[in-house]
Amino acid sequence: MGLGVDVDLATVWAFIIAFAVFVYVVMDGFDLGLGMLFPLFPKKADRDVMMNSVAPVWDGNETWLVLGGGGLFAAFPLAYAVLMPALYTPMIIMLLGLVFRGVAFEFRWRTQRERNRWDIAFAGGSLLATFAQGVALGAMLQGVHVEGRAYAGGWWDWLTPFSILTGLALVTGYSLLGATWLVMKTEGELRDEAYRLSWWLLIAMLIAIGAVSIATPFLNFEYAQRWFAWPNVLATAPVPIAVAGVTVLLLRALANRQDYRPFFLSLTLFALAYAGLGISMWPYIVPRSITIWQAAAPENSQIFMLVGVAILVPIILIYTAWAYWVFRGKVNAESGYH
Amino acid sequence: MFENFDAVVLARAQFAFTMSFHIIFPAFSIGLASYLAVLEALWLWTKREVYINLFNYWLKIFAIAFGMGVVSGIVMSYQFGTNWSAFSDKTGPVLGPLMAYEVLTAFFLEAGFLGVMLFGLERVGHKLHFVATLMVAIGTLISAFWILSANSWMQTPAGYAINADGQFVATDWLKLIFNPSFPYRLVHMVLAAYLTTALVVGAVGAFHLMRDSHKSGPRVMFSMAMWMATIVAPLQIFAGDQHGINTLEHQPAKVMAMEGHYQSHPEGAPLILFGLPDQDAAVVRYALQIPKLSSLILKHALDAPLAGLDTVPRENWPPVPVTFWSFRIMVGIGFLMLGLGLFSLWTRWRGTLFSSRLLHGYALVMGPAGFVAVLAGWVTTETGRQPFTVFGLLRTTDSVSPLAAPAVGSSLIAFIIVYFAVFIAGAVYILRLMKQPPHHGEQGPRGDTPARAAGITPAPAAIASRRFN
Repeated sequence: MGLGVDVDLATVWAFIIAFAVFVYVVMDGFDLGLGMLFPLFPKKADRDVMMNSVAPVWDGNETWLVLGGGGLFAAFPLAYAVLMPALYTPMIIMLLGLVFRGVAFEFRWRTQRERNRWDIAFAGGSLLATFAQGVALGAMLQGVHVEGRAYAGGWWDWLTPFSILTGLALVTGYSLLGATWLVMKTEGELRDEAYRLSWWLLIAMLIAIGAVSIATPFLNFEYAQRWFAWPNVLATAPVPIAVAGVTVLLLRALANRQDYRPFFLSLTLFALAYAGLGISMWPYIVPRSITIWQAAAPENSQIFMLVGVAILVPIILIYTAWAYWVFRGKVNAESGYH
Repeated sequence: MFENFDAVVLARAQFAFTMSFHIIFPAFSIGLASYLAVLEALWLWTKREVYINLFNYWLKIFAIAFGMGVVSGIVMSYQFGTNWSAFSDKTGPVLGPLMAYEVLTAFFLEAGFLGVMLFGLERVGHKLHFVATLMVAIGTLISAFWILSANSWMQTPAGYAINADGQFVATDWLKLIFNPSFPYRLVHMVLAAYLTTALVVGAVGAFHLMRDSHKSGPRVMFSMAMWMATIVAPLQIFAGDQHGINTLEHQPAKVMAMEGHYQSHPEGAPLILFGLPDQDAAVVRYALQIPKLSSLILKHALDAPLAGLDTVPRENWPPVPVTFWSFRIMVGIGFLMLGLGLFSLWTRWRGTLFSSRLLHGYALVMGPAGFVAVLAGWVTTETGRQPFTVFGLLRTTDSVSPLAAPAVGSSLIAFIIVYFAVFIAGAVYILRLMKQPPHHGEQGPRGDTPARAAGITPAPAAIASRRFN
């Protein structure tokens, strides 16, 4: 099985969904990560700054998750119908986690007495949502039991050492994004602390990437073939090499305290890990059960939406970029953004 | 736990619960976003301070309500897959694109401009900020467009075929989107959202007028809200009537359930005002009814024959008691709204709009009535189309996920606990904000502590002073 990609509608849509999910990871990853780091910053002023650094954009960030889910429902309804029951528990936990952290953005400012409660909700919700996303990813990679056009496994099938590992990996990964975001957006002691955390989180993330990379090929023979068999290895080898290169750059950026670089280099690490994931999964949308062609919605549905995506996504990206631009620069306790 | 429960019933309970909680927030934020856009436009146009005070006052409340709407809405976008996967597989090709368009044209628009709307007044300038507010308001309406189109398609499917895998596929997207019940449902729901918001704004205005009838903020908001009720309540009753006639044409069984007509009436059907529908015996007990009025309303002729549920196979009956009662609650509240609008018009003419305690008490009591009416209306239309998810084509029992009852039951319990904990807190914070009257120099969502005024204004008088410069 090679890596040849013929461009057809289903392939285009697979890349669109992958793009939406990746944009989600890029955008919501750091704001979930920042939530998980809340307990490490006990001072109220620090927490105010942390939260205000994402308050204007978090809602837009999470909309990409809705696009990923909605896009899957629309373009690959069979995959959506099989995966959601298969990943039932992690999905519900993720949604409940997002409820807690989402409301905390406003509730926190509306009460003095209960502020601590919403800080816990913000941190706990972020952690739950992240861990559940990682678990769902692992559960999907290890494969689900499908019969006919439906999920046929139990409601605890998702829980394995591998899915726990991917859950923890995502927690460390998002935390790194959160820490490097803070490096970029804050000043003073808060930034110093974020730098310190970034070191440890980078090491943790590298260990996590390594562990998941080693474990994945052992899940099944096809994953191993995909990565290590000749000539596939020519195409796959650059991924780990690039990870090593980016890591060196990231370490240097942290050492030289270049505020903006660590965040973008961390995102690059994510992109590489994500590419690796794509290499493992292709062309399945439900690993080893359903390919993107089997799950694809009828052509006219995919074409109808493709028109919308082609016109609207560039516009969305433009006004999203504008919103980030409006709230650019460092945030501090005295004057909010400046 | 839950081993003896029916997974279908639990899945329906979960959808009803999460959906009912969710709809409260968009019903409010659709109207409130438009109201905020109007307030900001009035401020930019007249430069009167009272409008920016009201804008910032309601913006804080909007921020909380919108946040709750977003998080409960993300849940909804995954509920189809988690609990209704068979439905998702079959309807994905037609409903998926409608929802994808909702995300692309509405959710991103709202979310993209929300940050600027909430925190960006002094960062982007007043005109650009108004554009952001407008985009959020338009986004809420576009969202209503798509989701009501999707819901309407499930009620009155059109423009589709069924493929070899048993999936619905589109044959004509325009017919599918503008399916027969969609225009009626859209108008009815958007008007409902505007009325709901007007009643909330009116109640808050009334509350503060009862304490002090001279403050400009409460006077302006109360007067605006009462104009809205006066104008929109009669329109809504007319729209509802038209929607009902459309339903009679496409989903007659639903109207039979709403009317409590188990039996056919070949010579003019009575309007049953109240009664206790008995589904097993197929009769309405203790019925208080007006002869022939139902035929007059639905067919515009006293003696027009109306078929009853006895013409529908029993396995296709919707649950009459719930549909019957929820419909009466909605209609009853609708007429109370009409009464409020007319009463306010009378006091306005008499010059007692800001002093009539009776009117203020009435408006205060009506504050939450819009939410009740919206919920009752949705219960009517959703139970009335049972036992189908796609009316006449896909049964609810054939739509659920292959999940064991304990899985669905546990998640239902989790949603109930979390939603009550979180949304009651949100309601308390909103009520707390409403308890304060709008002040001179009112500030936006992050303006309450000067230390972290993220852009709105650092000091209470800043907006006012800046404006008068």
